[in-house]
Amino acid sequence: MNWGSAAEFFAMGGHGFYVWGSFGACVLFMIAEPILASGRQKGILRTLRRERIAEDLEKDTK
Amino acid sequence: MSNRIINWFKFASPQSFYPLAGKMIPWFWALAVAFGIAGLWISFFVAPTDAQQGEGYRIIFVHVPASWMSMFIYLIMAAWAGLGLALKTRLSGMMAQALAPTGALMALLSLWTGALWGKPMWGTWWVWDARLTSELILFFLYIGFIALQAAIDDPRRADKAGAILALVGVVNIPIIYFSVKWWNTLHQGASVSLTKSPSMAQTMLWGMLIMALAFWMYSIAVALMRVRAIILERESHSDWVKELREVKS
Repeated sequence: MNWGSAAEFFAMGGHGFYVWGSFGACVLFMIAEPILASGRQKGILRTLRRERIAEDLEKDTK
Repeated sequence: MSNRIINWFKFASPQSFYPLAGKMIPWFWALAVAFGIAGLWISFFVAPTDAQQGEGYRIIFVHVPASWMSMFIYLIMAAWAGLGLALKTRLSGMMAQALAPTGALMALLSLWTGALWGKPMWGTWWVWDARLTSELILFFLYIGFIALQAAIDDPRRADKAGAILALVGVVNIPIIYFSVKWWNTLHQGASVSLTKSPSMAQTMLWGMLIMALAFWMYSIAVALMRVRAIILERESHSDWVKELREVKS
């Protein structure tokens, strides 16, 4: 174990800003990207469902 | 044997790849999270303090995997693009398109973590040396690929134009990789030579490899998520998409 206390852990021997800036950016982007990808999937599914409903309505009125 | 060959061709069609990708995604997420937790544990609690760089060197555990992935994803993307150009398979272009944003993200993370590592160790965020500049060019190649494809309405022509750009850009990958050997740069050579004691190099190497596996699994998972959306977008007027359970309900 490298760390005596939580404060020491977060300080990273004076390099806290750089270490947490790096790991933080990675975690942040790697959470954001799948959210965006799943949003894209939901978006196209919503469009497809809407198109399907429109087609069904068209059939009914004929 | 012949069965196996037929199966591969079967999965090369978007229609059969779409459900297969859906089944694979949770497994790759599980692996990504498992390797990620193990890698972070090694990064912060197993790997000891570096004799020269103190705790700042721990950036290596995200910097190296991100850099590796940025180069590797580019090669895979170019391979899919080239395959699409040669065989005119529909799925290839979609794969290349799905990989580009993840590759761009990896290049960005590589540059970002590199800057945050360079500032305390070299005293500067950025230098125009061979390694850093060629990685920046890789990032621009990804952005160029995405922009070029977005600018062309017809997906098949977009794939073709993107494939040519991707294939020409492959020349940059060996330049990045060998830049630290070919030119005198501020960037260090092999990452493992950082340390003196062999036992430390061992834990560092393991940490890096496990983190690289986590990044790898993550990239596959998120690219599969994106390719599923792209398949639906491009095949939206085909009958199989209209018959999908998630569209019908």
